[in-house]
Amino acid sequence: MKLGVVVFPGSNCDHDAWYALSQNLRRPTELIWHDSASLGDVDAVILPGGFSYGDYLRCGAIAKFSPVMQAVKRFARDGGLVLGICNGFQVLTEAGLLPGALVRNANLKFVCKPVPLQVVTTDSPFTHQAAKGQALTLPVAHGEGCYIADEKTLDQLEAEDRVVLRYGVNCNGSMRDIAGILNAGRNVMGMMPHPERAADPLVGGTDGLAILGSLVNAGVTASRP
Amino acid sequence: MKITPDVIAAHQLTPSEYDKILHLLGREPTITELGIFGVMWSEHCSYKSSRIHLKKLPTESRHVLQGPGENAGVIDIGDGLAIAFKIESHNHPSFIEPFQGAATGVGGILRDIFTMGARPIAVMDSIRFGKLDDPRTGERNQRILEGVVSGIAHYGNCFGVPTVGGECVFEESYDGNPLVNVFALGVFRHDEIFYGKASGVGNSVIYAGAKTGRDGIHGASMASAEFTEESKQKRPNVQVGDPFMEKLLLEACLEAMKTGAIVGIQDMGAAGLTSSTCEMGSRAGTGIEIDLQYVPQREPGMTPYEMMLSESQERMLLVAERGREEEVFAVFRKWGLDAVKIGVVTGDGKLRVKDHGKAFAEIPNRALADEAPRYNRPFTTPLRNAPLNGPDIHSNDLTADLKKLLASADLCSKKWIYEQYDYQVRTNTLAGPGSDAAIVRIKGTNTSIAMALDGNGRYCALDPREGTKLIVAECCRNLSTAGALPIATTNNLNFGNPERPEIMAQIVESIEGLAEACKFFEVPVTGGNVSLYNETLGTPIFPTPVVGIVGTLETAIPIGTTFKSAGSTIIALGGLGKPECHEFGGTQYAKAIYDLLWGKPPALDMEYEKRVQATIRELVREGNVESAHDIGEGGLAVALAECCFGPRDIGADVSLDSDLQPEILLFHEGPSRILVSTGDPQKVFSAARKNRIEAVEIGVTLESRVVIRNRKQLLIDSRVDELKEIWTYSLEHLLHNPVLVNTNV
Repeated sequence: MKLGVVVFPGSNCDHDAWYALSQNLRRPTELIWHDSASLGDVDAVILPGGFSYGDYLRCGAIAKFSPVMQAVKRFARDGGLVLGICNGFQVLTEAGLLPGALVRNANLKFVCKPVPLQVVTTDSPFTHQAAKGQALTLPVAHGEGCYIADEKTLDQLEAEDRVVLRYGVNCNGSMRDIAGILNAGRNVMGMMPHPERAADPLVGGTDGLAILGSLVNAGVTASRP
Repeated sequence: MKITPDVIAAHQLTPSEYDKILHLLGREPTITELGIFGVMWSEHCSYKSSRIHLKKLPTESRHVLQGPGENAGVIDIGDGLAIAFKIESHNHPSFIEPFQGAATGVGGILRDIFTMGARPIAVMDSIRFGKLDDPRTGERNQRILEGVVSGIAHYGNCFGVPTVGGECVFEESYDGNPLVNVFALGVFRHDEIFYGKASGVGNSVIYAGAKTGRDGIHGASMASAEFTEESKQKRPNVQVGDPFMEKLLLEACLEAMKTGAIVGIQDMGAAGLTSSTCEMGSRAGTGIEIDLQYVPQREPGMTPYEMMLSESQERMLLVAERGREEEVFAVFRKWGLDAVKIGVVTGDGKLRVKDHGKAFAEIPNRALADEAPRYNRPFTTPLRNAPLNGPDIHSNDLTADLKKLLASADLCSKKWIYEQYDYQVRTNTLAGPGSDAAIVRIKGTNTSIAMALDGNGRYCALDPREGTKLIVAECCRNLSTAGALPIATTNNLNFGNPERPEIMAQIVESIEGLAEACKFFEVPVTGGNVSLYNETLGTPIFPTPVVGIVGTLETAIPIGTTFKSAGSTIIALGGLGKPECHEFGGTQYAKAIYDLLWGKPPALDMEYEKRVQATIRELVREGNVESAHDIGEGGLAVALAECCFGPRDIGADVSLDSDLQPEILLFHEGPSRILVSTGDPQKVFSAARKNRIEAVEIGVTLESRVVIRNRKQLLIDSRVDELKEIWTYSLEHLLHNPVLVNTNV
């Protein structure tokens, strides 16, 4: 599987995602500049963390207009795998690829720390190698990670098994402890915690491989009968 | 505008300094020229009071590639790699406007690093405030702390550099004058080093980055004066930072450097366009001619005076090879940044500033950058307000004292602060905030960098020379405890008004102590910053030198400071210490329990210290200890408690055998001591014997309790979780602003 990591001006976890995929998981991974109108021949695309376009106005609000996001939308519509991490999750909600929104943390402060999480569903290309209910510890690092949506949307997400990750300790005030969700097609996922920061035993442990390992092997599983 | 004595004084130039200007120019300066001299000859830019003493510092070793005088020091770390690092203060702006003052402090030091060609990979901060619970000033101090921390977080997090460590201290002396010292470190290959030199007559001078506005005019002169009531009106002097712009500038500069078209580069920091032009010209022995009409401007109608003195952030000055400018412009266009040619390098050694062809300033670059006045200011004996003797120490409840110390703002966990910083971005942080030393790996190599920041205003208030030596020793010890070999130093000297002989004496003594210790521990000084006039309404801060020391080690999972499991032997490497009574007055115990300061700082035997450090490095490297933690502020009892605050709440059963009175035994801060836990005590004893240092077995780790006895007398007895709770949440309680956890909506 070939992966692409989008680089917006202001992305700052782009290299971390690239390193985790290409060095820790040894998969061919390329960086895709924000003004590319095409994603090339990648099988999955990562929208990394950071402060795209300075996150002026609202997080992700400017990024959704970038040429590369038009390509990401087409790619997602055609069933391509898209993983938005942190700022990438914010971009995906702004672009309408995922429901709900991410607003300022309930305590109005940036928070960086490892948090306990629970894998809610394994029925996704991003968690198929994890166990249902598996406990993960992944770092968060965000000022605007409080997930909100209307009750109907939240009920629907739960009814359709589209909540992928929940916080064990809610670090930002997210509704129903939601840390990561899927789109209806289950090929687009957004999550606030950083799996790429937990893909190496030297730094942050290896719990992030439950997500990234699933992703890079998603093609393999899909081709099985 | 006519140059009158009042105008000269408003530029903080003395009559004799003005005479020197007349002599250097051979005529009366224009107002623009006067402004340029005013900032370049300010204490902040010229180091005029400290320079002759800074010469005493050791600056060379086989590791040093670039010593003081450039934008940052550079040292070799092997494998063709080098690191650039430096510390700088943003004290005055942070008092006037805490958020932007601190944010632009981070921005400024980051530019100093990437202007050398290095990609910043770590930031640390040393911050000092007045007490949070002071009934008179506490609320203001809380606001300043919150502003400074969010400012640092805002800039560093968005820029994408991890804030991996630092220190935070609260002391009455910083009430009207907080200290914000920011350290940054970057990594690059030897062949990627760039210098701030405007070489090659005929080459183009290029302005890149943010547009110039009216912000920050006179920032450098502001930082060179004491605070008075009028300072409150200086808010417009504080610059506003844009970390997104800086991130783009970083990427564009590093990419532009790869074109090979760039000859020299320097950031526009204090005194902006002025300092970058004349310093780059001066270093290369060339002149620079610019025309301000080409400078990208944020607002219309700016005068040459304003443009030359603006301290708008996120700007760079580049010199590019003639004919290759377009290669540079193309890179900046890609990143959506302004980059325009504003002038040329000339052969006459002068800074010539024009606007639409009309000359407004013409000054020899050397006169500005190198011929600033240097003062050998008179000094007497260091200001000292503390008595030599203190009260008789007697405690009825040592466990309660320990809790009080663990809850004190200086010693409690700084989690509330560092969880607002992204300390992991770039995925290199092996040891982050809360460790004795931060450790950052360099990907693609087997090398990691360890770094620590240390200061101690209390020790230095008692004896600036010995206090400074203790700080260097402690900083090296912090690195050694992590297994790293210390190799070089940067320093930030924060003092009061150097025109007062008793303050000047503090400065001189401190610099001489720094020189002696850095020579002894073989950690030459490669750069730094001097911040003087840290006084408000005539009250100076404690003399506060802050040192940042960096070292290298092999990349591996760090052993960490906390106990790993029950049943390990606890050893005090270096022994229990032999303090004199009067050496107890600078301790955190004296501060937290008695609210007093007296006596002398702890005595330091540098030879012994060096052997202790060599021992711990060897033990860590060979994997013979399970944990290692420096015994520092708060002494043995606090260090032991901190060792218990790991994820599993492992405690300790300690039995001491000492003639010292219990209060001193538990809480004295004698240096050269490290607490280790090990499964193989004989290896530790044998390493200690070999290096001729004491190693005292003091107890064993156990589940969930901390018990300390001296010769059967019970001194401390507490559950670990009880101590940990106090230590963990104390800062939040002091701020009346609990961090919100577990909000299930």
